Amino acid sequence: MSLKLDNIRIPVALCCLLPLFWLLLDILLDRLGGNPIQAITIRLGDWALRFICITLAITPVQTITNWRGMADFRQMFGMYAFFYASLHLLAYLFVDHAAAWHTIYVDIIESIYLWMGVIAYFVILLLAVTSPNSAKKRLGKNWKKLHRFIYYAAIIAVTHYIWQLKGNLIQPLVYLILVILLLVFRMMVWLKSRQLSKLMLPRGKSVHLDQSD
Amino acid sequence: MIIKTKKQIPDSGITDPKIFQQRRRIIKALALAPVLPLQNTYANRDSIENKSFAKLNKVAPHLENVDLTPPQFVKNFTNYYEFSFDKEESSQLASKLVVSNWSLEIAGEVEVPKRVYIEDLLKSALLQEYRYRLRCVEGWSMVVPWIGLPLSGILSAAKPLSSAKFVRFTSIFQPENMPKQAKGAMLDWPYVEGLRIDEAMHPLTILAVGMYGEYLPKQNGAPVRLIVPWKYGFKSIKAVVKIELLKRQPITSWNKFAADEYGFYANVNPKVPHPRWSQHSERVLGTGFFTPRRNTELFNGYGDEVASMYSQMDLRQFF
Repeated sequence: MSLKLDNIRIPVALCCLLPLFWLLLDILLDRLGGNPIQAITIRLGDWALRFICITLAITPVQTITNWRGMADFRQMFGMYAFFYASLHLLAYLFVDHAAAWHTIYVDIIESIYLWMGVIAYFVILLLAVTSPNSAKKRLGKNWKKLHRFIYYAAIIAVTHYIWQLKGNLIQPLVYLILVILLLVFRMMVWLKSRQLSKLMLPRGKSVHLDQSD
Repeated sequence: MIIKTKKQIPDSGITDPKIFQQRRRIIKALALAPVLPLQNTYANRDSIENKSFAKLNKVAPHLENVDLTPPQFVKNFTNYYEFSFDKEESSQLASKLVVSNWSLEIAGEVEVPKRVYIEDLLKSALLQEYRYRLRCVEGWSMVVPWIGLPLSGILSAAKPLSSAKFVRFTSIFQPENMPKQAKGAMLDWPYVEGLRIDEAMHPLTILAVGMYGEYLPKQNGAPVRLIVPWKYGFKSIKAVVKIELLKRQPITSWNKFAADEYGFYANVNPKVPHPRWSQHSERVLGTGFFTPRRNTELFNGYGDEVASMYSQMDLRQFF
């Protein structure tokens, strides 16, 4: 593919901010319905989850389309997942609970779904901190292992979403199916590369289709 | 030459659009009245939408010193799973509900089974305003000025037998207008709720036919709903068509769906969390940004009146 991805990096980065502007506009115009504070928290959480899914989709898209060099975008989308997850957390702490720490403490202790949110956030935080290239160099091989934790974060984040609903599971199930499909794709690529490398062994070659992962 | 222009109409002279519309409606009604006498009575039955009560001066004694939730929050934020699982969407879709010719059946362990017509309820001299806090199991609350009458009066009129220990309430089954009922989605339809007989006879328990001085909007449970202010909102069943007195505890909709999460009693209790989330605090609808959540009270703050009914019970077991 000859499309120069460098040229669209800044426009894409700006587009990723659109959900935030959209939310601010809805706040200003009072378009968030009967429980606007809950709506803000849900909207930010939704976008964190969407960016996790977009981040996970980069590898399959690269594999299928043979596009290369999208790793920069994967990092950018990952950082946006962290950005929206942070806003989601800040909205919970300072908008919904108005920094009433005792209430927050009791809420987290008694709510399993919040534990999951906390775990997912710490994983994403760890990945965001180790995202810069300098950290990547320092971590070497371990970096890749560490950043595979995004799968756990995705599954825990979806569970966090499912676990706080009163029974209507349609929306979080869509995310769950999406995350599972993205994982299945990787497993298939992994299996295929293993089989191929077995076939190739006599000729002393091994093929890794999953280079970019 | 002086050209005389008409004086501009002052703002005070402009007819309020509401009054203008009302006049048109009255003129229309007058014009049609002689032609359609029969349909007019039928129309009266259908007109339990958008009507207000003659001024109710009587306010029930169970007042709280709290601000009422602005009505738009109450009208546009409703759990009405028969229509949609989305609160705003269900508020809109509920307009499809047909509430004409509504009556309420009182049956079961009673001496005198009855059929109560909604028109009689709406005209009842017993109607009062009840300002209650409504606490949802999802962790939000609102304060609503309901208009209604104690359920005990209606039940007493049917003369309950001594064998009556529980009460089962059944909501309307109207799948042609209720999409989730038509699909058989999630809960078993029609929606069923229940109370113990002493809870049903308690003076705080009311049948509501209005709120904010007007007839109940459809999304809020028109034409008649139950209000049990010390229990989570799902106990306060909407659009009731049947009340049966029973010997045994009835199976209720949410309890059947997830018995470990939605108990039969469902008393508001900050010390008994829902299995998946805390009930320690609540978001009061209509409060601004950076306003802390309110700490939930035992029995939703009505403990003085109702706690004695549960003095022999372990509220963790009977949640």
